[in-house]
Amino acid sequence: MSENRPKIERKKPLSDRRRFILTMARGVGVTALGGLVWSAYVDEVTASQLLLRPPGAITEKDFLKTCIKCGLCVEACPYDTLLLAKPGDNKPLGTPYFIPRDIPCYMCPDIPCVPVCPTGALDESSVTTDDKLDINVAEMGLAVIDDESCIAFWGIQCDACYRACPLLGEAITIVYEKNERTGKHAFMKPIVHSNVCTGCGLCEQACVTEKAAIFVLPREVAMGRVGNYYIKGWDKEDEQRLENAEEIHTQTEISKESAIDSLNDSGDLY
Amino acid sequence: MSLSRREFLKSSAAASAAAAIGMSVPAELEAAANKAEGGWRWDKAACRFCGTGCGIMMATKNGKIVAVKGDPAAPVNRGLNCIKGYFNAKIMYGADRLTRPLLRMDANGKFDKKGKFAPVSWKVAFDIMEEKAKAAFNEKGPEGVAVFASGQHTVMEGYAAQKMMKGGFRSNAIDPNARHCMASAVVGFYQTFGIDEPSGCYDDIELTDTIVSWGSNMAEMHPILWSRVTDRKLSDPERVKVINMSTYTHRTSDLADTEIIFSPNTDTALWNYIAREIVFNNPESIDWDFVNKHMVFAAASPNIGYGMRKSNEKSIKEGKYTALEMETISKEMKTIVSEKEAPALAPYGYKAGDEMIHNQPGLKHWLIEFEEYKKSLEPYTLEYTAKISKGDPDESIESFKAKLQELADLYIEKGRKVVSFWTMGMNQHTRGTWTNTLAYNVHFLLNKQANPGEGAFSLTGQPSACGTAREVGTFTHRLPADMMVKNPKHRALVEKKWQVPAGTINGQMGQHIMRIHRDIEDGHVKFAWVNVCNPYQDSASASHWIKAAREMDNFIVTSDGYPGISAKVSDLILPSAMLYEKWGAYGNAERRTQHWRQQVLPVGDSMSDTWQWVEFSKRFTVKDLWMKDVKVGWGKKDMKAVPLDKIKAMGYNENTTMYEILFANDRAKSYKIDMNDPVQAGYDNSECSGDSRGVVGSDGEVFTGYGFFIHKYLFEEYAAFTRGHGHDLAPFDIYHKVRGLKWPVVDGKETQWRFNAKYDPYAAKATKETGNSHAFYGGFLKKRPQGDLNGIKKDMQLSYADKPGKHYLKNKAKIFARPYMDPPEMPDANYDTWLCTGRVLEHWHSGTMTMRVPELYRAVPEALCYMHPQDAKDKDLKQGGLCWVESRRGRVKARVETRGRNRPARGLVFVPWFDEKVFINKVCLDATCPLSKQTDYKKCAVKIYKA
Repeated sequence: MSENRPKIERKKPLSDRRRFILTMARGVGVTALGGLVWSAYVDEVTASQLLLRPPGAITEKDFLKTCIKCGLCVEACPYDTLLLAKPGDNKPLGTPYFIPRDIPCYMCPDIPCVPVCPTGALDESSVTTDDKLDINVAEMGLAVIDDESCIAFWGIQCDACYRACPLLGEAITIVYEKNERTGKHAFMKPIVHSNVCTGCGLCEQACVTEKAAIFVLPREVAMGRVGNYYIKGWDKEDEQRLENAEEIHTQTEISKESAIDSLNDSGDLY
Repeated sequence: MSLSRREFLKSSAAASAAAAIGMSVPAELEAAANKAEGGWRWDKAACRFCGTGCGIMMATKNGKIVAVKGDPAAPVNRGLNCIKGYFNAKIMYGADRLTRPLLRMDANGKFDKKGKFAPVSWKVAFDIMEEKAKAAFNEKGPEGVAVFASGQHTVMEGYAAQKMMKGGFRSNAIDPNARHCMASAVVGFYQTFGIDEPSGCYDDIELTDTIVSWGSNMAEMHPILWSRVTDRKLSDPERVKVINMSTYTHRTSDLADTEIIFSPNTDTALWNYIAREIVFNNPESIDWDFVNKHMVFAAASPNIGYGMRKSNEKSIKEGKYTALEMETISKEMKTIVSEKEAPALAPYGYKAGDEMIHNQPGLKHWLIEFEEYKKSLEPYTLEYTAKISKGDPDESIESFKAKLQELADLYIEKGRKVVSFWTMGMNQHTRGTWTNTLAYNVHFLLNKQANPGEGAFSLTGQPSACGTAREVGTFTHRLPADMMVKNPKHRALVEKKWQVPAGTINGQMGQHIMRIHRDIEDGHVKFAWVNVCNPYQDSASASHWIKAAREMDNFIVTSDGYPGISAKVSDLILPSAMLYEKWGAYGNAERRTQHWRQQVLPVGDSMSDTWQWVEFSKRFTVKDLWMKDVKVGWGKKDMKAVPLDKIKAMGYNENTTMYEILFANDRAKSYKIDMNDPVQAGYDNSECSGDSRGVVGSDGEVFTGYGFFIHKYLFEEYAAFTRGHGHDLAPFDIYHKVRGLKWPVVDGKETQWRFNAKYDPYAAKATKETGNSHAFYGGFLKKRPQGDLNGIKKDMQLSYADKPGKHYLKNKAKIFARPYMDPPEMPDANYDTWLCTGRVLEHWHSGTMTMRVPELYRAVPEALCYMHPQDAKDKDLKQGGLCWVESRRGRVKARVETRGRNRPARGLVFVPWFDEKVFINKVCLDATCPLSKQTDYKKCAVKIYKA
């Protein structure tokens, strides 16, 4: 019977090496941020714009101020997803992050990494719905697709990202399109929905191209933003954005002078 | 000849355009197109993986395959691939590729069953194989030597294996893994049509209005066909309907207009429900003209067991099965009719609580009146059918009933074309043959079979389950081109063609693949050779077979490219050339035969399975195999020696080797190696000419080749059986110019729709006088007795028969009465959950190739246990946590997945079988369809608990 066979290698307690790295990163983070290390730290702060943080992380600016680099979230992660930045990683030292292509966030329903945070850098309320932890509302990042290297856009029947998505059919859906070249096949192209995607990165990990054609970026980096002064006339729900609509003030190069000043300045008009 | 880039583009475009329409291309131009880019060479091949049969092009550079592309000229896929096909270039170059023969040895370098594997020469490998095969043959007779063959064998390899086994060893103990995937479809074809393989072709997809997928996750398992279905749906979204029939939600549901989740095994009831709707509620929809001209009605016994071991078998008597296992196995002999199946069995004289003694042969069937058939349908009211078949406890019965009604309406709607596709859900089924025949019933009654865009269409799982296992006939009971071992005339015909003495081929057969495993466990089979398959991972009740291989006195040989589980439990491992390292041919699910050339030299000292068989044949003489009276391992009679005068009359003597008779005869030698032949020019041929590796062969000398074109010989000799019998294959050379052809190929033309007089020259011929639209001309099982639902009635004369007794059904097919019956193991208080197994898109079968492609491994590194979130909660399991999946036979640990691609309803779990670390076949039950002997991997009872 199966239990007599070699055990399946799965989640093990922290390995010695990992524990060592963790301890070292913690030490560095909490203690000596002397001259040399400090200068590196400044660069790392700029680099941090591209880092993916654990679920529930508050905005990057506040996160860097609030996180005390204790590593408790890292220790709580059952998949070894979370890492602590070490010197030379070119990332803010001692802070937790993950690289989905290596180990994505498996979106544990009980989110063990968040409640252990002692400072609120990982904010439980941001991953809570109706008083229950809800990993589906996490906003760790957003998956984006490079449709030139995504082989589904070539017509290859892939969808590996779609099938790997824990919110399959919601965060990633498939758009069907006729393949006019062959005349009898269909494209099945993945698209990501930013309102559902948590940025867990299971898609990035599963992507079969050499360098992933779908990858997670921090939401701030990945997303554009439309103004609240235009509402889609064909979409009732879009009106919700009106709640944030504010008084409008505009100024351009041409309007920066007061009307009276510009009227009185005839320049080379005549 | 030098070509500018522009000329190159023109010449390769001309070559592919010409190939697309089946024209021959001037050799010079073709060769130029192949070589123009200098650094690499493109050449066509078939995809290594599923039964879809996509055409690909391989790029070779410095003697290695470096890239692949979909072949734009291939009609199946037009240049596209799925993600397995996308990685064809990577499958041969895994880090742990087997490169040398490996033998279990002791410290002194002698074979030791308990020893560790160590490299040996090909000579030592064949020495020990010869010794062990001879010992098994001498002790147990021909049945003591067995072969696990494959639906992934090339046509030539399968033919060589079959020839040596059936013509040389006089043993029918050869059976392919295709038994596990297509046998129910095959027996369904035989019983219904009298000839194997589908009437339609993939063009049906573009021509139909309705696609119903029964027990087939086409979206993952036949992705290129599914993209054609998707395109069809997009072309006319209102008109075209897609229905997915399954026991759990999977990706095929994504596109479906309607998804019907039914309780395992009740597809038999659903098909009967549709037929009942036709016959009872919409009789005007029956095309009586078609039915009267082309159909008869038939029945068979229901009490046929479940293809498990019987109580008198050796290992059962010896107590090799635990009391828990016996709880299920005992049902092979006797069951109590359940409340669930009782109404369906009422027309056969059973009621709930009755004891059913399973003592009838499954294959026997006889003709009945339409009224008897109608009687068999009576129980399948919407009420009864919905009650027993609703598969999702959370769905309302009203909603389920509405869907069943919609399903029946779509089939019945006048003018609506319907294609029913199925794969393993219907085939891996303890009543799989029945279910296959039930599909044809519905299509036949409505005259929606064997017409463009209309028909029940069995999709094949493996790339050459059709081309090799079925058409060549590497099943125990088969000979080439639908001929049968059982039929003395067929044996005589084959003996003549093979030029072996009359009476050489053994009439005793029946060693289907599970029987081979069981015979090893019973000690009957002492020597078994695994070819292009992984029977120790892919067979249910796996622990038994592994234990028998490792602990009993036998010798197991595995030929493979990688160290899978079968290699691990073997005594000797032979390194095999992989697909593009040898000349070959595959046949896909739409009867399309596709050839390719050897693209590169095999890795290490690997050699093709054809070579291995041919080298093996050198070790056996007439005296060894044909001149002894041999007792048989089991069965009724001993085998008599072939009389020496007969042997001598054929020009052989007692020392003539099987090599000389079967493979290196004068016919074979007439196929010359010729580098001026455009088919051969510029390509390696390791078997025929040796190659630059200088592999030291089976005699200890550098192998320099047979000196004749053995692949062409094997193909042409085999193809000669097919021509003139409705299976006609084109000449070898033609296949090297075209992108495959759908047989029968008559007067240079392929056939799209068989049995239809407009498209099939054989049907046209058969209907010349009658003017009928169709002719179901298959000749097998066409002389049938007459009777009623309860049995044969010798004196009866049916309204459509000319006299009592056996009736001959010329050009007719059969509509069968088949009841719903429970499977032998269903969830109960202790084992409360259904287990269903299957594949995932990313991995092929047991994963020996795809688990070694880093990208595919990364995408899906392990098999998960897909279950309903509520079931997980009730069993205190966490998403992503580990659980045990335990049956009466064993247990495995797997990670819980409640939100993935497969979403079972409460009460069922799905665990794929590609992952050798989640060895689910230790849990599965080796119950089979008693007619087809195909294992039911889709249902057994398990309990799930936290690990």
